[in-house]
Amino acid sequence: MNSSLITLEISVIGLGLVLMLADLFVPAERRRYIGYAAILALGVLLVTSLSGNGSCGQFGTAFGGMFVNDALSLFFKQLFIVAAILVLFMAAEFADKLAEGSVAEYYSLILFALAGMLFAASANDFTMLFVSIELITITFYVLVSFQRSKLQSLEAGVKYLILGALSSSFMVFGIALIWGTTGELNFAKLAAVAPQFADSRIYLLGVLLVLVGLGFKIAAFPFQIWAPDVYQGAPTPTTAFLAIGSKAAGFVLLLRVLFTAVPSVTTHWANLLIVISAITILYGNLCAIPQRNLKRLLGYSSIAHAGYLLLGIAALSASGQAALLYYLGGYVFTVMAAFFVIALVMRHLATEDISGLAGLNQRSPLLAATLTIAMVSLAGIPPLAGFFGKFLLLKAVVEAAKATHNLGYICLVFTALAGVVISLYYYFGVIRAIYWSKSSEDLSPIELSAPAKLSIWICLAGIFWLGLFPNTVLNLANAAAAVLK
Amino acid sequence: MSILTYIAGWPLLAALALVVVPRNYRVIIRAIAVLATLISAVLAVKMFAQFVPGANGFQFEQQIPWVESLGISYHVGVDGLNVGLILMGAIVAFAAALCSWEIQTREKEFYILLLVMTGGILGAFASLDLFFFYFLHELALVPTFIMIGVWGRGERKNYATFQITLYLSIGALIALIGLIALYLQSGANTFDIPKIIEHAKINPLAVNAQNFIFPLLLFGFGILVSLWPFHSWAPLGYGVAPSPTAMLHAGVLKKFGLYGLIRIALPLLPQAAQSWAHFLALLCVGNILYVGWVAMRQRDLNLLIGNSSVAHMGFIFLGLASLNLIGITGAVLIMVAHGFLAALTFALSGYIYKQTGTLQISELGGLCRKLPFIGTALLMAAMAGCGLPGFANFVGEATVFFGAWKMFPGITVIALWGALVIGGIYMTRAIRNILHGPLPEKWNSLSDANFWRKLPYAMLLASLLVFGFWPKLLTEKINPDAQKIVALATGNMVTANAPSAPAVNFVAQNK
Repeated sequence: MNSSLITLEISVIGLGLVLMLADLFVPAERRRYIGYAAILALGVLLVTSLSGNGSCGQFGTAFGGMFVNDALSLFFKQLFIVAAILVLFMAAEFADKLAEGSVAEYYSLILFALAGMLFAASANDFTMLFVSIELITITFYVLVSFQRSKLQSLEAGVKYLILGALSSSFMVFGIALIWGTTGELNFAKLAAVAPQFADSRIYLLGVLLVLVGLGFKIAAFPFQIWAPDVYQGAPTPTTAFLAIGSKAAGFVLLLRVLFTAVPSVTTHWANLLIVISAITILYGNLCAIPQRNLKRLLGYSSIAHAGYLLLGIAALSASGQAALLYYLGGYVFTVMAAFFVIALVMRHLATEDISGLAGLNQRSPLLAATLTIAMVSLAGIPPLAGFFGKFLLLKAVVEAAKATHNLGYICLVFTALAGVVISLYYYFGVIRAIYWSKSSEDLSPIELSAPAKLSIWICLAGIFWLGLFPNTVLNLANAAAAVLK
Repeated sequence: MSILTYIAGWPLLAALALVVVPRNYRVIIRAIAVLATLISAVLAVKMFAQFVPGANGFQFEQQIPWVESLGISYHVGVDGLNVGLILMGAIVAFAAALCSWEIQTREKEFYILLLVMTGGILGAFASLDLFFFYFLHELALVPTFIMIGVWGRGERKNYATFQITLYLSIGALIALIGLIALYLQSGANTFDIPKIIEHAKINPLAVNAQNFIFPLLLFGFGILVSLWPFHSWAPLGYGVAPSPTAMLHAGVLKKFGLYGLIRIALPLLPQAAQSWAHFLALLCVGNILYVGWVAMRQRDLNLLIGNSSVAHMGFIFLGLASLNLIGITGAVLIMVAHGFLAALTFALSGYIYKQTGTLQISELGGLCRKLPFIGTALLMAAMAGCGLPGFANFVGEATVFFGAWKMFPGITVIALWGALVIGGIYMTRAIRNILHGPLPEKWNSLSDANFWRKLPYAMLLASLLVFGFWPKLLTEKINPDAQKIVALATGNMVTANAPSAPAVNFVAQNK
């Protein structure tokens, strides 16, 4: 056993506790600086994890194989830390809208959720999977309903709580069925014995129920109902973290379960994955068309993107998994950029309607350009991150079509194309609202603090970097996908 | 650095530079755009002059690896097929930048988009890598939608934007799937076009796979080129587009799909190309006859030009379908000639619209008296459009007819009719109604173009005449490389029948 492997997770939790304590000693008007301290600390952790001397650079297993550090977990841990840093920046800007005096609590909850994600990235056992998912979900119940004085936020919290609890119970039931039939909880051991149970209906039902639970996390059809409501009601930094962190955690667990725990089942379920992916893409894109609330629109768009990401899983190949990872990498920067602009523009407005963007290019050219670039990247137009990611995903699916002669893959490709074309409509709608809507009364310039500018530039650099120089991240993604055999 | 990188790079760099120029420095913004396209055009002329006809392989080549694990590299180079297109594209882009004086609102955004469009499409024509080929075209295509949506004119602007976006995005994405399938199927593990072609010479693609990929490319690229019956976006889109956008799109971007078919589909998918050739020739008739007939019924000058430009695409497709040296050479010739012509006519109609505020043919008349230069230029453009000798179009169309005669005598007769009779009718009718006859009183205040505004029209007309009188400038360059394409597209018949590559394909087993 090698418990030094979890140093990173322990430090994040420790940091969260320190922030909570700091709340007691720091005067109220300086509390937003607690966030900057947390950002700094996470930056240090990110650098150490990148340097290879940190805990997640040492590969190996711990706690009897429950916890694993490998290239896949390393990729996701870096992604989660980057996401958390950007969310903390956003939270610092958003601080005045959160309940008075409890900003530090918000920061530490973000860090606890981050710890859950880091554990999820390393989960190699159904117990670990469940515990990390619960750590993420329970923190998010609080994060979603954090604006206690706002009815919408509370409503979103309750919805998330009920549906989240429901999905957790499905998942726990599924895990129980798997354990009951096979007697194994560890992914590697399960994969070894699973072929004997290939015909056991109870075992297959167990796997299906686990997938249901994970389907809720990534908001795949038919478990996507909660996403738009919760995205709309939650405080914007929470929404951003939900859209990236929680979704990516769902995907890393999905990858682990499907390709290391039950690979024998997965190969038979290609058609199921194809259908889910296709419907998710169409549902998300079609429902996004009539939306006027920006966060709700991004909620539906995030369902559509869950569908695109599922393309990489449905392809059942290493290139599909690598494409998924690459796409997630680009998605972090793009979605963060979009929510950052929304948080800054909308914080003084009562509504989050698209019309609130009118005149943004006069109020703040930087924010207008950022949101435009984020929308263009989400739509998958070169030379931005979204284009290369979609290219890789489509390539993986065509490859699968070639390798398996499954006509379903060809249908899936064309469904994805239809989705991309539909999405142009609403993404361009947002851009049109920024530059070409009729008039707006409020043309006062939007003041940006230095940290806000810094984080926006980080997002922009990320979007262009992944679009123009895909080599580094693609190599990391390939290495991570190699772990999954 | 290859000169090609500079030709495509300057406009893109200038677009980046414009981002930081404050929006009220209008003169500087316009000067930067005009200067960048001028540099591109001058470099393109230089490149065209230095090009050695018939030299082996590509010239002005440059290759920088981009994503090694997928075999993607930035690879540019020219041979006889794209040398004329790049020259044409750069000159048209310069003319379009000059004609952009008609844009009076949000100039900064307009020029940025125009420059991105220019750099993207010139890069796409120069690109010898499948990925960049698509990537750069897409980069050029998206600004078109925004420009039509924002600076377009008329009540049907939103509908036209919607339609053009839908059609062209779908076309581009279908072509993307075709290109990805081609990459995977070739087994060469590289996106480099010359390498894939080399690889396919030894391991030709299985016929089943070819028959799956070719329609994807044909219809994907076909939609982009307004192949009948997927053409309805074009007249409407050009009808509402601001004239610089229409010039660049109808003149340059539209040739991308045709170039893709010649450069990629014919040499790599020869059997499929042969079996689809007859079908393609039938669709050409739709372009030439049906759309020509529609053009005769138009009452709006821009819709007429738009329809006639769709009809002209039919001749190019006919040249492609004939799959022989004369036909392909003619197709490339028309691509270059039509680029100049389409740009010229849209620029002229843009001038008339700016002066009169209408393009309804019934409202105009006698304009030649007030606008002698514009009127004469329009007359010459119309004559070029119906294939009068002396203009580059005549050379191309005549060559295509010679090439197509052997393969499709019946269709060639119909196409000749379309070119000479139908084209003649609508062009002369439009000229009579717009330029001659009584001058309505309300047009007494019109003024002709001054020296600087004449420049783009004169330049485009001169190009048409130069290539019309000295087609050898182009044909001697096109010929050797068209020969290679034809050899690959037809010669592979012999080797492919031999039991060579194992039949790996997409749908065969399920059938």
